[in-house]
Amino acid sequence: MRPILLHGHLRSLTRIRYNSDGDLLFSASKDNKPCVWYSANGERLGTFNGHNGAVWDLDVTHNSRYLMTGSADNTCKMWEVETGKCVYTWETRTAVRAVSFALGDEKALFVTDATMGQQSTIHIVPIEADPEDQTSDVLRTIVVTGAKVTVAVWGNLNRTIVTGHEDGTITEWNPDTGAKVKSSKNHEKAITDIQFSADKSHFMSSSKDHTAHLTDSKTLKVMKSFVTERPVNSACLSPLRPHVVLGGGQDAMDVTTTSLKGNKFESRFYHAVFEDEIGRVKGHFGPINTLAFHPSGRSFSSGGEDGFIRVHHLDEDYFEFKYDEENFDDLPQL
Amino acid sequence: MPSSELEIDESQIDFSDIYAKYSVPEPAGFECIVVVDGAPMVGADKEQKLIDKIKSLFKNIGGVKDAVMPMDEGGKSKGYLFIEFETPAQAKAAISAIDNYKFDKNHTLSGNAFDDIEGFANVTETYVAPPTEPYVEKPHLRSWLKDEYARDQWVVMKGDDTGIYWNNKGEMPDLVHSRPKWSDMYVSWSPKGSYLTTFHKQGVVLWGGPEFEKIVRFAHVNVKLIDFSPDEKYLVTWSHEPILMPNGEHHHVIVWDILSGRQLRSFPVAGAAMKAPESKEKGPGATVKIDWPMFKWSHDSKYIARMTPGAEGAISVYETPGMGLLDKKSIKIENLKSFEWSPTENILSYWTPEPEVGNIPARVTLIKLPSREIVRTKNLFNVVNVNFHWQSNGKYLLARVEKAATKISRTHNLEIFRMREKDIPVDVVELKGTENLTNAFWEPNGDRFALIALEGTVKINVHFYEMNSAGSVVATAASKKKEGGSAAVAANVGGAKLLKSLERKGINQVIWSPKGRIAVLAGVRAFQGDIEFWDADDMTMLAAGEHYTCTDVEWDPTGRYLVSSVSWWRVQQDPGFILWSCVGTQLTKQSVPQFKQILWRPRPATPLTLEEQKAIKKNFKEYSKEFDVVDAKETSKIDKAVLEKRRALWNDWVSYRRRCYEDWTREAELRGEIIGYDREDDARQAVKEIEEFVDEVIEETEEIIGDASDDD
Repeated sequence: MRPILLHGHLRSLTRIRYNSDGDLLFSASKDNKPCVWYSANGERLGTFNGHNGAVWDLDVTHNSRYLMTGSADNTCKMWEVETGKCVYTWETRTAVRAVSFALGDEKALFVTDATMGQQSTIHIVPIEADPEDQTSDVLRTIVVTGAKVTVAVWGNLNRTIVTGHEDGTITEWNPDTGAKVKSSKNHEKAITDIQFSADKSHFMSSSKDHTAHLTDSKTLKVMKSFVTERPVNSACLSPLRPHVVLGGGQDAMDVTTTSLKGNKFESRFYHAVFEDEIGRVKGHFGPINTLAFHPSGRSFSSGGEDGFIRVHHLDEDYFEFKYDEENFDDLPQL
Repeated sequence: MPSSELEIDESQIDFSDIYAKYSVPEPAGFECIVVVDGAPMVGADKEQKLIDKIKSLFKNIGGVKDAVMPMDEGGKSKGYLFIEFETPAQAKAAISAIDNYKFDKNHTLSGNAFDDIEGFANVTETYVAPPTEPYVEKPHLRSWLKDEYARDQWVVMKGDDTGIYWNNKGEMPDLVHSRPKWSDMYVSWSPKGSYLTTFHKQGVVLWGGPEFEKIVRFAHVNVKLIDFSPDEKYLVTWSHEPILMPNGEHHHVIVWDILSGRQLRSFPVAGAAMKAPESKEKGPGATVKIDWPMFKWSHDSKYIARMTPGAEGAISVYETPGMGLLDKKSIKIENLKSFEWSPTENILSYWTPEPEVGNIPARVTLIKLPSREIVRTKNLFNVVNVNFHWQSNGKYLLARVEKAATKISRTHNLEIFRMREKDIPVDVVELKGTENLTNAFWEPNGDRFALIALEGTVKINVHFYEMNSAGSVVATAASKKKEGGSAAVAANVGGAKLLKSLERKGINQVIWSPKGRIAVLAGVRAFQGDIEFWDADDMTMLAAGEHYTCTDVEWDPTGRYLVSSVSWWRVQQDPGFILWSCVGTQLTKQSVPQFKQILWRPRPATPLTLEEQKAIKKNFKEYSKEFDVVDAKETSKIDKAVLEKRRALWNDWVSYRRRCYEDWTREAELRGEIIGYDREDDARQAVKEIEEFVDEVIEETEEIIGDASDDD
C-alpha cells in the first residue's frame, strides 16, 4: 500500500511514538514544534508550541492525556494532548536528551546532557494526577559518570531504568537507590535507540556501529544480532510477528550527492529469530532517524533526516509470509 | 645508600669484555689502493704515458691520488700498477670498472684490492671439494589442480589478512591457507598459478605448494611492479628507488631467474616515470603512472624486449637466459611510438608516425625475430595514435587507428591484419565520424571482437564484430598495390561483419569469458557498476545486474564464474564482492570490511589435445553425471543443515517466549498495583461496538413533475 507522507516538520525528525491505542502518532523534530497526527490517515491534529530548541525525545501517558517532551532549550515540558497547552515546565541546566513515563504514569524520568561541565543526569520526577499540583520536586537524581547517555527507558515493572551510552554500553540502574545494577558493552559505538517488547522481557538496541541487537532485559545478554553496512539509528520490534525493523543509513554529513543507491536509506525488515533479512522499504532521501511499530503490528512509521514521516500500512502478503519452520501458534499471546 | 657516597676506582674495573665487544678492526690502511694487472710492459720512455692513460680510465670515478708503476732492473715495467684513491668507495668502484677491461687488442686489465692480493698468494694447492647440499624436496606447485571437484581457488585481501579459498559455487568458501600481514602491498599470481607473489619493503616473495611455503625471495627495495615471463621462469621487478651501480648508473628494473633466485641483469630506466609514488593507494597500478610492462616477454619467454621511443627510437631485444642483446644490437626504428609481441609467434608489431617534415607516411610494421625480416608493412595517413590488440591465438592483429580529420576532429578506423593468410591481408573497418573509439576486446581463441565507442559526451556504443572466414575476403592483392590511398582501403571493407550495435550508458569494459562466447559488459571504476551478460552466438542478453561502485571484474580461469568486486583501495564504502554464474545469476554477495583484492588463481593450459577436448565435450553428459550426483548431495546436505538450524532456533525462541509469558502472568498482580487498575479489564470494557454510517450521495437529479392538466 502506498505510504502516507507526513510533511509537517521543517527539520529532521528525532523521535516518533504511537500512543497505546495506536490511533495517534506523536513526532518530535529539530524544529521546535512536536506534532500529533491521526495514524490512520495522516491528518495532523495539532502542534505543541513553546519550545525554543530542537526537541530530542517525547513520551505519552498510557491514557494519552499528557505528553512529555525534552528539548535542547534546557527544558522538559508536559502538555495536555487534547488542548495542546503546556501544563508544566522543568527547567534544566543542559539539554534534555531522553524522557520516559513509568508504568502507571505516576512518575517519569528525563535525562540531561553532559555539556557545559555538567554530567549526564537522570532525573526521576513524580507526576501529579492534576497538573495544577505539579511541582519541581525530584524523587531522585542519578549522576552518570563515564560516557554520555543517549537514550533512557523504564524497565519491567519500573524496577530498572535502562540507559544507552555514547560508547556503546547499556546500563541498568535501580531507580529506588540510584545504584548501577548491570552494565554491558554490547556495541562498539554510540547507542541510538532502545525499544522494549510489549512485555518488557527483551529490547532492541541500535547503534552507530552498523548493528542492532535483540537483548534479554534480565541478563543484558545479546540473543540476536542484525548486521548492516550503515549506522543504525533506530530499531523496533513487531508486536505481531517475530520481525524487527532497522532504520538508518549513511550519516547525513557523509552522504554522496551523486546517487541515492549507495546511501541505503531503507527500513530493513529482519526475522527476529533467524536473523535473515526479509524485506526492505525504500522512500526516504535521507537517513532514517526514528522508527515505531503500531501497537497492532499492522503498520509502522519512519521519521527521517529529510523531515518526512512515512506511515506504512503493511500489505496482506506481508502477513501471509511465513517460514516453513515457524509456527505462530506455538507462541504465547499476551 | 645514596649514590653520592659511592666511590669508584675506575682502574679497578675490568673493561676488557666491553672493549672486546665494541672493538673496531684496525683498517689495514691499504683499502684505498687498487692493483691493476695485465698492463703492457713498456720501457722508461713510455712510462709516464701509460700511467696517464690508465689514470684517465678512472676519470669518471675520480679521486686518484697517486699511481705507481714498479720497474725492473732493465728499466721495463712489470705490467702492473698501484693506484691510490681518496676513499675506499672510489677504490671499490674502480675495481669493478677496470676488471676485465679491454685495454687494447692484446691486453685485458684486471683490478684487485691491494688487501686481497695477499690472500690470493696463499691459496692452498690441494683441492677441497665443496660439500654436496642434501636434496630438499620442494612442494608440489600444482597440487591445487588435483582437487576432487576441480574447483578453483582465489586469494582475498581484507584488512591485514590475506587468505586463499576454494570457490564453492556461492556457498561459504573453504579456507585453504591464510596469514595476517602476508603482503605489505597487494598480491598477485604468476601466469600459470604456480606462485603467489607478496610485496614487502625488502622485495618480493613467491609462495607455492599446498601449504603455501616460501619458495624464493628476490631482494629489491620497495619493489612496486612485477611481470612474470609466460613460462614462469623469469621475473621482472621494478622499484622507484634506484640501485646505484658501480659505474654510476641508477638501475630500477631487475630480471631474475626464478628457479635459482639469482639476478640475471638489471637495467636503468630513462625518464620522468621514476619519481616516488605520491598516491596513498596501494593497489596494483595505483602506485605510479608508468607504462608497465616496460619489458615485454615473447610468447615462449625466449626474448624480452623494451623500447626507446622518439627520434632515436629502437627496440632492444634480449635473449634469455643470458640476457644479452640479440645480435648485439638494438633494432633501430626512427620515431618509434609503441610495439607489441604476437601472443603465439616471435613477431613484433610496431608503428611510427608521420614526421613533421618530409612526405613519409605513418607506418605499421610487423617484424620477425630473430631474423629481423619485415613480414608486412602498412602505410597510413594523418595518424594521431595507433593501439595494437592481438587476438589470443595470434590469428589477427587489430590496429586501432585514430586519425586527424581536421585540426580538432578525429576519426577512427580499424586495420585488421590476418596473420594466418598469405601475404597477411589487411581488412579495414571504418567507424562513423562522430564516434570516438575508446577500446577493443577480442574474444579469446575466437573470431569476434567488441568495440567501445563514445559518441558525444555520454552516449556509449558497444559494437560486436565477427571476422569473416578467409574465403570471403577478396582482392587483397589489388588493394595491396594501391595501398596508401584511402580510397583503396575503403574497398576492402567487409572482412569484418557487424553483429550487433548496442547503445549504452556507463559501460567501459567488455570482459570475454576465457572460453569465449559470453561477453560481460561492465561499467567499472568511474562508472556505476552496471553488469550485463551477453551470448555472442545469437547476440542476446542473458542477464543484467548491478554491483554499485564496482571496481574490478574478473572471470575464473575456466569461464564458469565471474567475480565483481569493490576494492577498499578505491572505494571506502561497501567493499566486498559478488559471485556470478556464467549466465549472470548472482550466486552470493559478500560485504567484507576493508576488502581490498580478490584474484582467481590462474590455471596452466590444458595438457589435452584438441581432439581429446572435443571428445569430452561430446560425451559431456557421461562425465557430468557423477558431478551432478555430488552437487545434489551437497545441496540437500546444506538445505537440511539450514532447515535443522532454523528449527532449533525456532524451538529455542518458543521456549524463551513461554518463559517470558509465565513471568508476565506471574507479575500481573504487581502490574495492576502499579497501574492502579486492571488494564485488561479496562481493555475489555473499551471494546464497544461502534456503528458507523456513511451516507454517500451518488447522484442528485431534479425532476419537475409536470402538471397533469397538460394532458387534456
